[in-house]
Amino acid sequence: MDPAADPYLPYDGGGDTIPLQEIPKRGSNYVMTNGGGAPSTTTHLLDFLEEPIPGVGTYDDFHTIDWVREKCKDRERHRKINSKKKESAWEFTKSLYDAWSGWLVVTLTGLASGALAGLIDIAADWLNDLKEGVCLSAMWFNHEQCCWTSNETTFAERDKCPQWKSWAELILGQAEGPGSYIMNYFMYIYWALSFAFLAVCLVKVFAPYACGSGIPEIKTILSGFIIRGYLGKWTLMIKTVTLVLAVASGLSLGKEGPLVHVACCCGNIFSYLFPKYSKNEAKKREVLSAASAAGVSVAFGAPIGGVLFSLEEVSYYFPLKTLWRSFFAALVAAFVLRSINPFGNSRLVLFYVEYHTPWYLFELIPFILLGVFGGLWGAFFIRANIAWCRRRKSTRFGKYPVLEVILVAAVTAVVAFPNPYTRQNTSELIKELFTDCGPLESSQLCQYRSQMNGSKAFTDNPNRPAGPDVYAPMWQLCLALVFKIIMTIFTFGLKVPSGLFIPSMAIGAIAGRIVGIAVEQLAYYHHDWFVFREWCEVGADCITPGLYAMVGAAACLGGVTPMTVSLVGIVFELTGGPEDIVPLMGRVMTSKWVATKEFTHVTLAREVMRPRRSDPPLAVLTQDDLTVDELQSTINETSYNGFPVIVSKESQRLVGFALRRDITIAIENARRKQEGIMLNSRVYFTQHAPTLPADSPRPLKLRSILDMSPFTVTDHTPMEIVVDIFRKMGLRQCLVTHNGRLLGIITKKDILRHMAQMANLDPESIMFN
Amino acid sequence: MKSVFLLEAFSVACFVLLNQVTAKNSEDIRCKCICPPYRDIEGQIYKQNVSLKDCNCLHVVEPMPVDGKDVEAYCLRCECKFEERSSATIKVTIIMYLSILGLLLLYMVYLTLLEPMLKRRLFGHSQLIQSDDDVGQPFANAHNVLSHSHSRPNMLNKVEHAQQRWRRQVQEQRKSVFDRHVVLS
Repeated sequence: MDPAADPYLPYDGGGDTIPLQEIPKRGSNYVMTNGGGAPSTTTHLLDFLEEPIPGVGTYDDFHTIDWVREKCKDRERHRKINSKKKESAWEFTKSLYDAWSGWLVVTLTGLASGALAGLIDIAADWLNDLKEGVCLSAMWFNHEQCCWTSNETTFAERDKCPQWKSWAELILGQAEGPGSYIMNYFMYIYWALSFAFLAVCLVKVFAPYACGSGIPEIKTILSGFIIRGYLGKWTLMIKTVTLVLAVASGLSLGKEGPLVHVACCCGNIFSYLFPKYSKNEAKKREVLSAASAAGVSVAFGAPIGGVLFSLEEVSYYFPLKTLWRSFFAALVAAFVLRSINPFGNSRLVLFYVEYHTPWYLFELIPFILLGVFGGLWGAFFIRANIAWCRRRKSTRFGKYPVLEVILVAAVTAVVAFPNPYTRQNTSELIKELFTDCGPLESSQLCQYRSQMNGSKAFTDNPNRPAGPDVYAPMWQLCLALVFKIIMTIFTFGLKVPSGLFIPSMAIGAIAGRIVGIAVEQLAYYHHDWFVFREWCEVGADCITPGLYAMVGAAACLGGVTPMTVSLVGIVFELTGGPEDIVPLMGRVMTSKWVATKEFTHVTLAREVMRPRRSDPPLAVLTQDDLTVDELQSTINETSYNGFPVIVSKESQRLVGFALRRDITIAIENARRKQEGIMLNSRVYFTQHAPTLPADSPRPLKLRSILDMSPFTVTDHTPMEIVVDIFRKMGLRQCLVTHNGRLLGIITKKDILRHMAQMANLDPESIMFN
Repeated sequence: MKSVFLLEAFSVACFVLLNQVTAKNSEDIRCKCICPPYRDIEGQIYKQNVSLKDCNCLHVVEPMPVDGKDVEAYCLRCECKFEERSSATIKVTIIMYLSILGLLLLYMVYLTLLEPMLKRRLFGHSQLIQSDDDVGQPFANAHNVLSHSHSRPNMLNKVEHAQQRWRRQVQEQRKSVFDRHVVLS
């Protein structure tokens, strides 16, 4: 019986019987061939007589990877190594090396991330203080390090020492007075502008991909997208160097997001040393997940928060093995950073504070208010920033990035210098706001307390002048808040490395501190009110404004970036205290609300698939009917990324799926390497060549690039199941069949369009992210 | 740019190792005691180079501003912390950073200003018209120049090729980030 007509025989496209050992391989470069026209039962699984075509199996820039193909390639490699393991000691060592190479990569990534983070921290601190002056005895020390050994520091002025000279002192010779103030102002603006100018020039000339934060693009890359050069060596170097310059120029940006990018660059670069990771895009993304955990770990000093961040935010495909590797990378990075000790107190982050003060039930009201403020600010900031970015994209203003950076830096420097809270480094500001006012603190923020604590016997000193009242710091803080909110909108999106975490935390901390001081004043002056009388005794401080600052910082951070568990984990590790977790978590939960999606009517696959009724028919390839010329014209006329291969136009039965890029590369390669391939050569995807007349040119076999097991669903499959399949398998396309015949195709974009349509079509459905 | 990458990797490795190996400068440890105002005594900060076990109020606060019976009350309010730093690490880091920054600046000046001038002087004005790109772009003349190079030793040619390929990549990146605003808005 003719095999083509027998419906019960599996059709292998030629040959009389299928050898039992033959198992079709997905997209692999190994070809089961027996070298001739006669069927044979001696095909071996791993035999290959045709060499793999170079370039097949790689991806174009700005395309998605095929997760299933990469996983299969990895399984194949692993199987090959395991089967050879018992042959010799050398093979056994190779298999051990293969198993442990994953750990080696994450160790190297952690080491590099920690070292680079230490370098960035030290250099940024030094450059930051360079705007104010220099240390004459040792030029490489910043202000704090310069005065480290001096004995001239006093309790009230902890930063004064003779070795540190401000620019006014060096240039004019005098330290105080209006002339020196103006000179300091001028030098501050000069340094800020030159740092910003250098940063944007370096980015523009060497590595344009180094600008921005990096986390959204890394999320995209980790979900399977290819952006060539985004995690390369030049991007790494430029990002490190210009991040320091951008932070030191006083712009309202942070370094957390860029540190994650730096860590992922390290992970990418080290994965190129191991062919297990460099040749397989899916495995590389496991390393990148671990690298992003290391990045957050060094940015915040929170290894567990880093792992949670990587799990929740950045990763698409996160098996359990990656969890251990991420944690290990985060720990190694944190350890290296700690041993470099950039802040001189064995802490990983400048604003680490230990809090063990209790909070009271009535304080939940201002905490919830701060949560609402955080959510509102987040919404306002996102909307304003998107509008500004759109303006930048569409008008001529976006054509001058260097000028834009200089302008923003100039405005920031000019407005920031007079206010002491905006003049200092943002991390130091956050630390000052988090630190509660105790007897050991003498910052300007705490001076009003000397008035309040007049009843305390020990601090009662009739000879000390009354400190400035509470209004001066409150006004300055309010102005700082407004300034930071406005400048962050214009700063985020500039063509320099910029992060959003620190400015958001600063805004939240300022708002929280204002609220905290207000509540504190309320409790002091109205301590006979019911709420305060229950919990606060006269004269005792029951309100800790520093805690409000922390809650505010967490609120704003949660309002602008969609992190929940990882945010709580990071703040938990920053403060080291579980007592404050309850208000934080409660506040984080009030700004998130998750509900499930509901469909009211069932959509089937055939309603979403292409081609629709009005579209031209599906572009397919037949398995042995085409010539090279026809194939090339099909590819050139359409813009599809792949083509299904069918048995023949009459039967429409599915054989497999072939990608455009692979076909193009295979044809090019055949033209160059094989003799006699001409435009009217027959192209066949079958195992054996079709029978051709004697004078026809040599046929071209393209079976090795054919994917023999594409995913198919029937046309009656409900769309929920199709969406589920896409999500869980990471598919790019899925073929739709009816009674075994090819009907259409559903791609990832169709799925996304369908999901968006569901959100609008169905008014009863509730969908939050 | 493998050499640049190797240089960077080498310096990072040196940096990490140096940190462990450097002998601790005796000036790099201190005990810092902060004592708040007490009665009519001003707040004070005391620093001394003592080891961790001696880092307490009695060893560091000298001269003691209060008399014998008040010492304990005064010392209870003081907070003493042991701090250490590594000045060698800071010095090495800053010097390394400034040297990398200086090298990058020199290379940038060479690419944007010197190279077009040199090429113009060597090959005359006519070659510049061929490129489509704006003459203001830093790498516009690179492609044309390559075709005019007479035979050089293989190594130099390879470096030149790698550099041209890198420049083309950077130009692509620049187009997608600055002109089309496709990535990174």
